[in-house]
Parts: sequence; structure tokens; C-alpha cells
Amino acid sequence: MSVGSAAPSAAGARSADTSKLLSFYHSPVGKKAVMAITGLIGAGFVIAHMLGNLQVFLGPAVMNAYGMKLHESPPLLYGARTVLLIALALHIVAAVQLSRMNAQARPKGYAKWTPAGSSYASRTMRVSGPLLALFIIYHLLHFTSGVAHPNFHYQDALHRVPAPYENVVAGFSNPVVSLVYIAAMIVLMLHIHHGAWSLFQSLGLNHPRYTPALRSLARAASYALLTGNCAIPLAVLAGVVK
Amino acid sequence: MKIILHVWRQKDRNAEGKLVRYECPNVSEHMSFLEMLDVLNEDLTAKGDDPVAFEHDCREGICGCCGFVINGVAHGPMPGTTVCQLHMRHFKDGDELYLEPWRAMAFPVLKDLMVDRSAFDRIIAAGGYVSVSTGAPPDGNALPVPKSDAERAMDAAQCIGCGACVAACPNASASLFTSAKVSHLGLLPQGQPERHERALGMVRQMAIEGFGACGNIGECEAVCPKRISIENIARMHRDFLCAAFAERPHVETGGAG
Repeated sequence: MSVGSAAPSAAGARSADTSKLLSFYHSPVGKKAVMAITGLIGAGFVIAHMLGNLQVFLGPAVMNAYGMKLHESPPLLYGARTVLLIALALHIVAAVQLSRMNAQARPKGYAKWTPAGSSYASRTMRVSGPLLALFIIYHLLHFTSGVAHPNFHYQDALHRVPAPYENVVAGFSNPVVSLVYIAAMIVLMLHIHHGAWSLFQSLGLNHPRYTPALRSLARAASYALLTGNCAIPLAVLAGVVK
Repeated sequence: MKIILHVWRQKDRNAEGKLVRYECPNVSEHMSFLEMLDVLNEDLTAKGDDPVAFEHDCREGICGCCGFVINGVAHGPMPGTTVCQLHMRHFKDGDELYLEPWRAMAFPVLKDLMVDRSAFDRIIAAGGYVSVSTGAPPDGNALPVPKSDAERAMDAAQCIGCGACVAACPNASASLFTSAKVSHLGLLPQGQPERHERALGMVRQMAIEGFGACGNIGECEAVCPKRISIENIARMHRDFLCAAFAERPHVETGGAG
């Protein structure tokens, strides 16, 4: 400890706080905490997003009304989008920094390495992550902005409110597009399978009474996301939703 | 029985290493893995070759000296067992085994299967201790410790510091080792005064030494010869996060006395 330093001014105290925040983030444990919280935001979003999208099975009126409702309050919509994008950006930045650090920690690999206790999903997080990032870009260009959608409809062209029902049916009528979405949902399933319980461990929450339940919940959520989300392109291809 | 070994041979810290094939023709199933290597080394010495260097001391699974990777698993295929307590009856005639040292930037290879684990000592020095008053010993049981706390502290204190957790982790993270040390002191009343400083110091040192980050995949607890649970890693994260947020600015003046 330093002794006899100058009395801290307001500015000094603020910079000490900033450096504390930086030293927290500088630590791999701090970076993992950031990944955990942003991951929790993402996991919560994908579940809510799926539940919203499943309304496609209730017909065009319900689905498009849902889309209209989301666009009712632009500050709320853009506020939510901003939070999600910031969370995504922080998640990616921390992941890239941690991956670089991890690669440096093991400069030479084993001639032979046999997994002894880890799941396939947990070992492939750094593959499923970048694949999901690519999918998110395509997905936003496809169903949100319509740039990558060959036949994009608006229900309110003046306020640029898309017509989700028509866009989903038109989009998924192309089997290649549907296949890309289904493949991406398998990747999402793997990412959530490990991530949705691992985030609690990163935040320091592990208890013999709750952790097994959290692991089961993560597994259940990942399978629910896979079935729920894949049901939509499959239903369109099968002609159930048209 | 006959065992074929592919052993990592590396002359010193700076040399390039490579896998070398050896045949052990007369392996008894009663031998421990290290005894098989002892026999191999006698043969090599008799032929005038350099014996395979590996670390060992107690050979009863409690000192933490031994350990290398056998066919991609730290300490070999038996769960909860160090290499010295692994016996050849668990292998079959004609098995081909790849022996490699712990691989991590923070554990430079000294020779063959021996690595320098002094990074662990520096992590301990960064907070893995309690300060106690010298003088007469305190009365037994003067400080009450709940039994379940004592048990969990003891479970964590079983860590022998062998380094298998680092070897098994794809990120070469030392989280299981460090968290065991954080936990076995942090669960006891004697460990409370330095609990936050300990977590901050040891986690910081772990990164300085060049160990990677924990991805919670659980390879470490699967190979740990003392079956240390990754619940300890969560406790270390908890202590670190609490400490990072609760840390107060250093005050020069004030306070009673």
C-alpha cells in the first residue's frame, strides 16, 4: 500500500473508479462475467423471440398485429434493439479477447487429446459463436431490413412496418433459405445447451441443489429453441403455413 | 504383456521435442505406470541412452509431483488417480500409449515429461495463505466451524497441485487449482480477513502467469486425481466479483485507534 499519497480530488476518485472498472474487465473472470450477463440477455431474447414468432401458427391477422404492436412505440423498439446490439457487441468483443488469451495459454497442443468429461456443445462454443454471428447478420438483412429478402412486404409502407407473416411464408418457401435457418438453429441449440448454465457458473452461482436444475433447464431451453424455431420453416415447406 | 510407448522427448527448455517410439516387452500387470517407465529407463541407461525424465516422489498419490498425459487424458484413463497409482492391469497387451507433458505456456517443459510448475507457487504467494498470530496455540474448538464448512474446506484442500487441471483444459486455465486454494481458506473463519484480497490477488496472478480463462466445460474436474469439483471455481468467481465491486478506496487516515 502506498503511504502519504495526495488527498484524492473528485477527479482523482473518478479516475480511480474507472481504473477499477478497467482492472475488473482486464481480468479473465471479469470478462467472463460480462459474457455471462450479455449471454443471459441474448438467451432471454431468443426465447421471447421464438414465443413471439410461433404466433405465425395463429394466422396472418394475429402475426401481423403482433408485428404492428412491436412497432407501436419507436423509442421502446429502438431502445430494446440498442440494448441487444450493445449486449451482442460486448459478448463478441469479450469472446475475441478471451479466445486470443486462451490460444496464447496453450501454444503447443497435444499429439493426442481425448475429452474426459466435457460435452460436445461446450467444446465447440468458439465455433458455434462465430457461426451465430454470421447468421445474425443474414437474419437481420433478411427479415428485419429486407435487403436480403427477394420479396419483402410492408403492412404499413409509410411507417415502414414489415408484414412478418407474408415475409416468413415468402422467405421460407425457398428450401435453401429454410435449410440455412434450420442449420443455424442447430448451432443455436448447441450454444445455448452449454451457455445457458455456464453463465451462472461464470457469475459464481453454483450450488448442489440448484446447478443440476439449471443444467437441465439449459438443455430443455436449447431443445425447445430448436424444435420451436425449426417448426416454422418446416411448416412453410410442408404447406401448413401458407 | 507388451506395451508400445510414444514418449515426448525434449532435451531442455529451449530444444525442439518429438515423440519417440519405445517397446516395453515384459510389462507385469502388477507394475505401476511409473515402474514400467523405471524398467524402460534401466534399459535405456544400459544401452547408453538418456533415460526418460519424469517427476515423481511419494508414489502413493498424495504429493502432486507426478503426472503426464496418457493418450490425451491427464493422469491416464482411471478417474481419481494419479499416474503413480495407475497400474498396468488397466491396460492390455499390445496397447499403444502416447505420453506427453502437461502443455501450457505457464508450464514450460524442463525435459521430456517434466514441466516447471513454479507458476503455481507464485499464485499461492499472491494470496493462498492466512496470517496468524504467533505465540501460544489457540484452544482447540475455540473457533466454531460448522461441520459442512469444514468438510467442503477439506474437500478443496485435497488439491495436491499436480497441474492436471491445467493440462486437461483446452484453454490451459488454472481455475480449478486456484479455486481449490481460494475455497479451502475462504470456507473457514481463519480465511475471512484476507478473503477478498486473496481472490483478487490469486486471480490476477493466474492471468499474469499466462493461464487461460475458464469456459466451464468441466474437463479439469474429470481428470482431477482428488476429484475437486468445479463448484469451487464458481466460489472463486463469486469471491472475485464481490471483491472487485466491494473493494474500497484506500484511506490513509481515520479509523479507530
